[in-house]
Amino acid sequence: MKKFLSFLYIALILAFIYIPIIILVVYSFNKGKTIGIWEGFSLKWYEKLTDIKNVLFNTITLAVVSSLIATVLGTLGAIGIFYNKKKTGKFIKGLSQIPIVNSEVVTACALVLLFIIFRLPHRHIVWLYIGHIILTTPFVVLSVMPKLKQMDGSLYEAALDLGATPTQALFKVVLPEIMPGVFSGFMLAITLSLDDYIVTATLSPLDFDTVSTAVYKAIALTTETASQRVPTYRALTTIIFLLTVAIVVIINVKPNKRRKANENR
Amino acid sequence: MKDVNAVEKKNAASRRRFGFSRQSLCIPYGVFLLFFVLFPLLLVAYYAFTSADGTFTFANFADFFADKTKVSTLLISIIVCILVTALCLVIAYPVAYILAKMKKSVAFIFLMLFITPMWINFVLRAMAMKELLSLIGIPLGNFANIIGLVYDFLPFMVLPLYSTLIKMDKSLAEAAADLGAGKVKVFTSITLPLSMPGVISGAMMVFLPVMSCYVITDTFSGATGFSVVGKLISWCFLGENGTLSNINGGATIALVLLVIMFLTMWLTGGFKDEDGARGTNL
Repeated sequence: MKKFLSFLYIALILAFIYIPIIILVVYSFNKGKTIGIWEGFSLKWYEKLTDIKNVLFNTITLAVVSSLIATVLGTLGAIGIFYNKKKTGKFIKGLSQIPIVNSEVVTACALVLLFIIFRLPHRHIVWLYIGHIILTTPFVVLSVMPKLKQMDGSLYEAALDLGATPTQALFKVVLPEIMPGVFSGFMLAITLSLDDYIVTATLSPLDFDTVSTAVYKAIALTTETASQRVPTYRALTTIIFLLTVAIVVIINVKPNKRRKANENR
Repeated sequence: MKDVNAVEKKNAASRRRFGFSRQSLCIPYGVFLLFFVLFPLLLVAYYAFTSADGTFTFANFADFFADKTKVSTLLISIIVCILVTALCLVIAYPVAYILAKMKKSVAFIFLMLFITPMWINFVLRAMAMKELLSLIGIPLGNFANIIGLVYDFLPFMVLPLYSTLIKMDKSLAEAAADLGAGKVKVFTSITLPLSMPGVISGAMMVFLPVMSCYVITDTFSGATGFSVVGKLISWCFLGENGTLSNINGGATIALVLLVIMFLTMWLTGGFKDEDGARGTNL
């Protein structure tokens, strides 16, 4: 009975989370525009995704490029912080926490002030990239740090003793060791960048839309032209949802097996 | 013998060089943080205490606290943040508790089910919830606002709670039960206090973002619902169509928000990096 109740509770909360998404998925194949009125199966909203290919291109380019820069900056930063046992390391680590805990509005608006005081043009694509790098780099540092701590410190001492130059030791010994952290940092940076609305809305050029800002215009401002796109965004949600599920399944099939093996031991 | 010495010297030299070069790797990131994070925050303070022509003044704060709609938005934001955080906690705690008691392989699948939606763009998720609400006939407004916020932030609460509960030493609860504590007593005096770190880091992941998350309130509030304080700031900076309308006023509210943030951090003992966000260390 207790088990049944627990299961029921979990099922209820999962229903709360998934029902809106599933309804959206179902009605993305609807001929009509309105949710709740089924007018027959159609793929026309998926064909209309070509209308927003600009938005998709902007979103993906922004996410990939800013995450790549964030990953390089954050990985170097993490290595530097890790070997700086003194105040400098702690100071940079503390600074690195600020964008994580600070609200995005404040981060974004503080940047606007920076551009104002240097009389730089407000709303420029470069500021947008900088904003995203600020948001995501601390998370790269956070995911690289544990890997540095786990690493065997004597490894590159050995590399040096065997005649490697510092740069070689860094690239051939340290980097491969922390690679899983670097990779998960990169993935995290991408998801954060894809999810961002506030920084993008505050810093991007006015004619530059990402998925977040475009959908915001459709559902919050409900301007006429933007609202027309809502069914197309349903199709987009469906694709993102299915992709996510596929990725989660692929990533977890292996570790899950390992987990099971561990449990049986 | 001389040779060995020479080799050792060379090694020491290169180690020193290596040590130096390793440490200097944080210079780009450090400079980046100083210029794009710390300096702009100082600018926020500067603009908050100056008038439009650059003279020192407290007038911005006086204006803010004299403006009833702004102050009430701030207060409502704080109340809403507490309410949404509490709701997420009340909903997510049993989930994490049940998952922590499950067989690990089963719990892992359920955990994945809970965090998968986090990878869908949050504006799209808000759209999904908005369409569901209109389908079942719940009007836009305060109630819809709360549902929207809880819907968006709930997944963030499950993970930190689960990871604290799973790490907990189960023998303590068993010992308490053996010593005659009832189930409620075991929960209130063992499980709950021990899971406090998870509660705090989960609450942090909901409380502070809700303050600035005006996308959700813009979507769900319709004509009658409340808005959050983040909206006020973005209004000053974005105005109606992307113009900078009131920089000093905006900086003032941003500074108020910063102070609230630091107070929360100070009260809760700060952000622990090992808790991770979004399943970083899953």
